Amino acid sequence: MNAATNKVPVELKGLSTRFGATWVHRNIDLAVPVGEVVALVGGSGTGKTTLLRQMVGLLQPAEGEVRLFGEPLFAGSRAEQLARRRRFGMLFQQGALFSALNVFANVAFPLREFGVRDETMLRDLVLLKLAMVELGPEVALRMPAELSGGMIKRVALARALALEPELLLLDEPTAGLDPDRSAGFVRLIRALQKALGLTVILVTHDLDTLAALATRVAVLSEGRILAFAPLDEIMTVQDPFIERFFHSERSQAALARGRSEV
Amino acid sequence: MVLSGDWTLSVLNPRCVDIRRQLEAASGAPAWDLAGVSRLDSFGALLLWRAWGRRRPPQLVLPEALESVFNRLADLGDASLPVEPPYRFLDATAHLGRLLLGLVRHLGHFVVLLGQLLLDLLYLLRNREHWPLHEMSANFYKVGVKAMPVTALVGFLIGVVMSYLSALQLRAFGADTFIVNILGLGIIRELGPVLVSVLVAGRSGSAMTAQLGVMRVTEEIDALTTMGVSRYVRLVLPKVVALTLAMPLLTLWGSSVAIFGGMVSANVQLDMSFDYFLNALPRAVPAANLVIGLAKGAVFGLLIALVACHFGLRVKPNTESLSANTTASVVTSITVVILVDAVFAILTRTIGLPYR
Repeated sequence: MNAATNKVPVELKGLSTRFGATWVHRNIDLAVPVGEVVALVGGSGTGKTTLLRQMVGLLQPAEGEVRLFGEPLFAGSRAEQLARRRRFGMLFQQGALFSALNVFANVAFPLREFGVRDETMLRDLVLLKLAMVELGPEVALRMPAELSGGMIKRVALARALALEPELLLLDEPTAGLDPDRSAGFVRLIRALQKALGLTVILVTHDLDTLAALATRVAVLSEGRILAFAPLDEIMTVQDPFIERFFHSERSQAALARGRSEV
Repeated sequence: MVLSGDWTLSVLNPRCVDIRRQLEAASGAPAWDLAGVSRLDSFGALLLWRAWGRRRPPQLVLPEALESVFNRLADLGDASLPVEPPYRFLDATAHLGRLLLGLVRHLGHFVVLLGQLLLDLLYLLRNREHWPLHEMSANFYKVGVKAMPVTALVGFLIGVVMSYLSALQLRAFGADTFIVNILGLGIIRELGPVLVSVLVAGRSGSAMTAQLGVMRVTEEIDALTTMGVSRYVRLVLPKVVALTLAMPLLTLWGSSVAIFGGMVSANVQLDMSFDYFLNALPRAVPAANLVIGLAKGAVFGLLIALVACHFGLRVKPNTESLSANTTASVVTSITVVILVDAVFAILTRTIGLPYR
């Protein structure tokens, strides 16, 4: 490990978000340690996805700052910003594959942008990434429109991992997948996280996913982080939201299911 | 061979060619020591793997942590991309055939669209409460009222240019007064409707196709169908009716502004007074031309809206199809307008032309 990777991958400092007149976040502080899988949970409209989008610079907070790998995202020259951006990958909720490009070209896209010119090298790398997400070479020439929902997520994950990022951000990784596929996808993410030593931040509603993946949980409620701790500790926190979210009968069943998958 | 340091994409890629050459030179070495490697990603591993001829060398010192990277490569084996068959002469024939069949399918869909619209119109005549009046008025505002500024601007400029160029020629022959005939006849009968149609096809036709297309992508059209609301009644008909009604008015507006532009230019260049121009206009241009111009406007509006909706409903749920259909919509509607304009020219050749 060199010095750069030891820095905190994501740090939010005094972050506040405002949409029009309403404050979504108020003075949020959060530091995600290296190698952790952090789940952001919270009710609808608590700005989980907003927070994720602020981390990657798609949205700007009204106040406060986001630090990636110890530096502000928009600090330094263009080349430095680009180098920073290549250290993380994001999996969007709908996959966000480029619909004009086939699967191969989608996964090869970040590599080509990075400057990998050697076509045989590129071919092997893309096939390797596809194999990592358990897809065979036969899907490589298909267009995104010809893929099922689960395959789209896998290809999008392969694309997010193309440049060997240290940080992976997942927006609702299992939304829209059936229970069987979503369990498979969770297993896949978990295996990749372990194999590649990734730091993962995910937003999810799905308690199965949460229990199976997250090493730490950040609970968002009323514009602030209510708690940031491993799941077992979260369960002991006395709070009406946590009570409703984690202790209902359905939640308990889902959490038990998720734990059994680990 | 003893390797050390970072073997990652960001470190290796800038010197990829150089490193590969060195690795190839060393590829025969039986013993490899990777104990000193601090970081190794799949790019670095792949470089080594290829130098080794896709198998592990006989003597390999590999730290535990790097084991998995090479296992993944070994699992990949000799996987290669499926090969697309080469292009043959028969494929060209098949391609041509597909194009023709595609055209036939287009015509088929267009006929279905027309038929469905007619059936829905009959239904609406019997069930008056189902008329989508709100949508019609909203569409009318969008394609008619909001198109007025751009139509006026373009019309005015074309009027000025036409008048300016004609005046230069006419003055050489001392035939100044014919500027009224040229502008009046040319703009009211021909240029006005075609010009406005091209503008509207680019402006409103493309918007209609894109709107229907995005509704297709976001499954809004399916939602409508599920609720038992006909897409033809709620989406297509208001657009078609609105554009058919708005186009004659836009044509009138565009032609008027163009003639005004010509009048201003004639006033500046030929010292022709506005009074004279306006008095001479009805004598030079029989009223039939105005009717032809407005009728053309209505027909062109109908065609543009139908073509736009036809392509909009063909959009498949992906962005590529959306852009292809929007392009096709604009190109087709402009082509159709010019073709139909030629038909108009032949059919009305005996009407409204003063000097024959």
